[in-house]
Amino acid sequence: MDNNEIIRPENLVCAKPRLLNDNNMHYCPGCSHGVVHKLIAEVIEEMGIEHIAIGVAPVGCAVFAYNYIDIDWIEASHGRAPAVATAAKRLNPGKMVFTYQGDGDLAAIGTAETIHAANRGENIAIIFINNAIYGMTGGQMAPTTLEGMKTATTPYGRRVDLNGYPLKITELLAQLPGTCYVTRQSVHTPASVRKTKAAIRKAFENSMAQRGTSVVEIVSTCNSGWKMSPAKANEWMVENMFPAYPPGELKNE
Amino acid sequence: MAKAKGAVEVNAERCKGCNLCVIACPCSVLGLQPKEVNNRGYHFAYTVNPQACIGCAACATVCPDGCIAVYRLKAVSPSND
Repeated sequence: MDNNEIIRPENLVCAKPRLLNDNNMHYCPGCSHGVVHKLIAEVIEEMGIEHIAIGVAPVGCAVFAYNYIDIDWIEASHGRAPAVATAAKRLNPGKMVFTYQGDGDLAAIGTAETIHAANRGENIAIIFINNAIYGMTGGQMAPTTLEGMKTATTPYGRRVDLNGYPLKITELLAQLPGTCYVTRQSVHTPASVRKTKAAIRKAFENSMAQRGTSVVEIVSTCNSGWKMSPAKANEWMVENMFPAYPPGELKNE
Repeated sequence: MAKAKGAVEVNAERCKGCNLCVIACPCSVLGLQPKEVNNRGYHFAYTVNPQACIGCAACATVCPDGCIAVYRLKAVSPSND
């Protein structure tokens, strides 16, 4: 059978979501950010909430998220996305407000804002991309960097006596009564991408239903920062990141 | 049982040649261009073996840049197998 007979609009099963625009993303080839952007665009499109969705972009690689997904965005200062999202949601309770943050943004400079927003039970969704490194600035150590992991600022590996332990902030947030849904996912296989999509949808629904703070951590790769090919980075993530950050639901109330 | 028939379309200009779709494909349909590059200098993905496609959309699911569109025939009679 000829491919031209199959490539018809009525046979389409999967394509770039409408809300993901045609701007070329600045992310490195194989970056997990692209997959998560695509999932957010798909979920918002499927829920039909593009007119009431407000995203809060972080500082980090995803700082230009507003260039790629056609919804309303606010650009927050470094780490302050949950505080900005708090204001947006309290002033517009009918809107779906979410933040999109990396580990340097959420777990380092924004720890206070993150923990207090979750503790107040703000009705926002937090999408947390954890790649254990400061990707944008050149691969420095982040709080989430694994023990023994080599980065630009820990060239001999992270030492716990010098640099402390990897910060499991998602576990911390799960302790707080303000959070209603805390989960850890990844986007390295088709199955995990589908699970992550379901998690993001649930988080967005919680924001709409005013149930409390939802946190979706996505264990991701930074193949440029880790100095690996995209495929090798995925393997490395499964081998090394998953023992420290095991995927699964931490809280679902 | 009739095998599902599918087809993929790669947006070559948007593709960054990360190779994730090639690994995700269970039927070895996709590959990276060995020599040709797109306008941004990447060896983009293309269909090496279009006849093997079953339209499972694994490639499009893992594609970080949303450059793959997947089509699948709704119902295929055994004669088309």
